[in-house]
Amino acid sequence: MTEPLVKVENLKKHFPIKGGLLGKTVGEVKAVDGVSFTIHKGETLGLVGESGCGKSTTGRMLLRLLEPSEGNVFFEGKNVLGLSLNEMRKMRREMQMVFQDPFASLNPRHTVEKILEEPLIVHGMKDSKERKKRVKELLEVVGLNSYHAKRYPHQFSGGQRQRIGIARALAVNPKLIIADEPVSALDVSIQSQVLNLLQDLQKEFGLTYLFIAHDLGVVRHISDRVGVMYLGRIVELADSEPLYDNPLHPYTQALLSAVPVPDVEIKKERIILKGDVPSPSNPPKGCAFHTRCPQAMDVCSAKRPDFREVEKGHYVACHLYE
Amino acid sequence: MTDDGEISVVNSIDFQINSGEVLGIVGESGCGKSVTSLSVMGLVPSPAGKVEGDILFNGENLVSASEKRMRQIRGNEIAMIFQEPMTSLNPVFTIGSQLIEALQIHRKWPKKKAQAQAIDMLKMVGLPRAEELMKDFPHQLSGGMRQRVMIAMAMICAPKLLIADEPTTALDVTIQAQILELMKKLNEETDTAIMMITHDLGVVAEMCQRVVVMYAGKVVEEADVKTIFTSPKHPYTVGLIQSVPDMRDKKERLYSIPGNVPKPGSVKAGCQFAPRCAHAFDRCISETPALESLGGSQKVRCWLYEDEKGVDIVDRTIS
Ligand SMILES: Nc1ncnc2c1ncn2[C@@H]1O[C@H](COP(=O)(O)OP(=O)(O)OP(=O)(O)O)[C@@H](O)[C@H]1O
Ligand SMILES: Nc1ncnc2c1ncn2[C@@H]1O[C@H](COP(=O)(O)OP(=O)(O)O)[C@@H](O)[C@H]1O
Ligand code: SF4
Ligand code: SF4
Ligand SMILES: [Mg+2]
Ligand SMILES: [Mg+2]
Repeated sequence: MTEPLVKVENLKKHFPIKGGLLGKTVGEVKAVDGVSFTIHKGETLGLVGESGCGKSTTGRMLLRLLEPSEGNVFFEGKNVLGLSLNEMRKMRREMQMVFQDPFASLNPRHTVEKILEEPLIVHGMKDSKERKKRVKELLEVVGLNSYHAKRYPHQFSGGQRQRIGIARALAVNPKLIIADEPVSALDVSIQSQVLNLLQDLQKEFGLTYLFIAHDLGVVRHISDRVGVMYLGRIVELADSEPLYDNPLHPYTQALLSAVPVPDVEIKKERIILKGDVPSPSNPPKGCAFHTRCPQAMDVCSAKRPDFREVEKGHYVACHLYE
Repeated sequence: MTDDGEISVVNSIDFQINSGEVLGIVGESGCGKSVTSLSVMGLVPSPAGKVEGDILFNGENLVSASEKRMRQIRGNEIAMIFQEPMTSLNPVFTIGSQLIEALQIHRKWPKKKAQAQAIDMLKMVGLPRAEELMKDFPHQLSGGMRQRVMIAMAMICAPKLLIADEPTTALDVTIQAQILELMKKLNEETDTAIMMITHDLGVVAEMCQRVVVMYAGKVVEEADVKTIFTSPKHPYTVGLIQSVPDMRDKKERLYSIPGNVPKPGSVKAGCQFAPRCAHAFDRCISETPALESLGGSQKVRCWLYEDEKGVDIVDRTIS
């Protein structure tokens, strides 16, 4: 196995809940509650889970767009959380983000050229001619045309805007791209174009991806390994094949069985979970999934299961495997 | 384009829903799925305009029905649920009062009887502690619960047709599975026909008996669900099915349809799909194909199947 590019240890983010007249802290949302994983050079790690389980918060903490409450993030062996603001700015060159809503993340008053030049200026490319050349290059790399440079974001379709978002992330030659639901807002036929583009770019530039999405089919397609999150924790992590073909955690099993598959020949056995995901401000004690788990035992409400390697490279947090 | 410069966003829609059946309507964002369903309800937003052609419901033409008659039909015989439940729940009234009101208006039921039915309905859609829930306001419920309440509200007058516009798109998969299960159960138990609008082919395979595929405001293919997945004919349908990543089996590379979804009215002549179609030939650019029957239940709008066509189908326009 290649060396890890990113190593995340026991990462936590607890958001305070303010209340009362004085705006005192009356509780906290445990958005991310002790997450650990590594990402190897050149691979794609997928992160799946239902809305609010902490996927985006995790991604944002890696870039320090959010300050973690606890834990460590190492990038090429260096602790990102120990860096000064100035050092962090340099580090951002290596790690870039692509967002779900390409429209909201592009300044509507700037031309595409201006949008793509901005990160180049920030990272010290002073020569305007050189920048314009790079913009042209970037547009071509993501499958747009150089004449698109003079247009504004609203003049593009959703899929094209996502290409611009990707071009912007690529501008400074990063090593890691954190893509947070990059195809969720796109139509099926456009989604596959963008997924193919991401795969091509990975090959061409040796990129490493953290790919966050709730669509399990998309994640399987693009990921080498996949982590499944529930209520701020990773409950299972493995290579994508064993994870999808032989899920161990009861939540992963239910999640996979719930996805409708576009195939009329197959009638799936479905595990229908009862109730809703509990609030992260008051997660259940012990195993956070025990309130909905079809296989819960007495120990599950009392003790939080450890996240353990139960088969080679296959990690799971569940008392059934202890 | 029509003469006065209106852009027709939905053209030549022609399909039927049989009683008790679940019909899927699929297509990309902006292709006219919602406009089509709203026009059935007589609710086409006013700048977008007017409906031409006929919408026959139990033999009655809804296009020429009076507003008074449409009000009777809406909520009573045809009900609708949306992606975002708050669009049909009133935030300032309790769940109970909204359910009871529906029965009082449409069925003229006395309050007591309506109340009992409302509680039964909440239980039927699988909501816990139905009696207490009657006193709750919509914002006190989770997304999945609100969706159930909306379904209860839509189903309470036992409509003959339920139009569901992306009813589970905003929900998580485990909650989506609950809601789809519920809709299936209601369809079986009450014989309500469902028009299921979705972009998710998985949901279609799971729920529907028949499928209508729309592209740029037109029906391009229609068939029973098995035929759509095993023997799709229109190049767009074929591309759409191949574009979906399959969770059970990793492909090296996804199929992708080149180009972008056209804005309505931007492809002026010929087949709307021609700019993206790998099979396009001269005729596709100059002449607009009609929706033709291939025999059996399958219909397709594509010049490739000229020689296989059966009966002609009359086009209608909703603009
Ligand atoms: N009130 C309106 N005025 C003018 N045009 C409209 C109006 N409502 C919808 N349209 C246009 O009609 C076309 C079809 O819209 P519709 O909402 O039916 O799409 P849809 O297939 O439901 O898409 P989605 O999957 O995004 O819900 C779009 O081009 C849309 O911009
Ligand atoms: N800035 C914030 N302040 C307070 N709570 C937040 C904030 N951002 C996210 N949360 C909460 O943290 C949890 C995880 O959110 P998020 O990481 O966005 O989930 P996901 O991306 O998995 O849908 C949610 O309960 C969300 O409401
Ligand atoms: S630890 Fe217990 S409750 Fe949690 S997933 Fe495993 S069996 Fe279910
Ligand atoms: S009519 Fe021509 S362009 Fe249109 S789908 Fe058929 S082959 Fe393609
Ligand atoms: Mg998110
Ligand atoms: Mg719609």
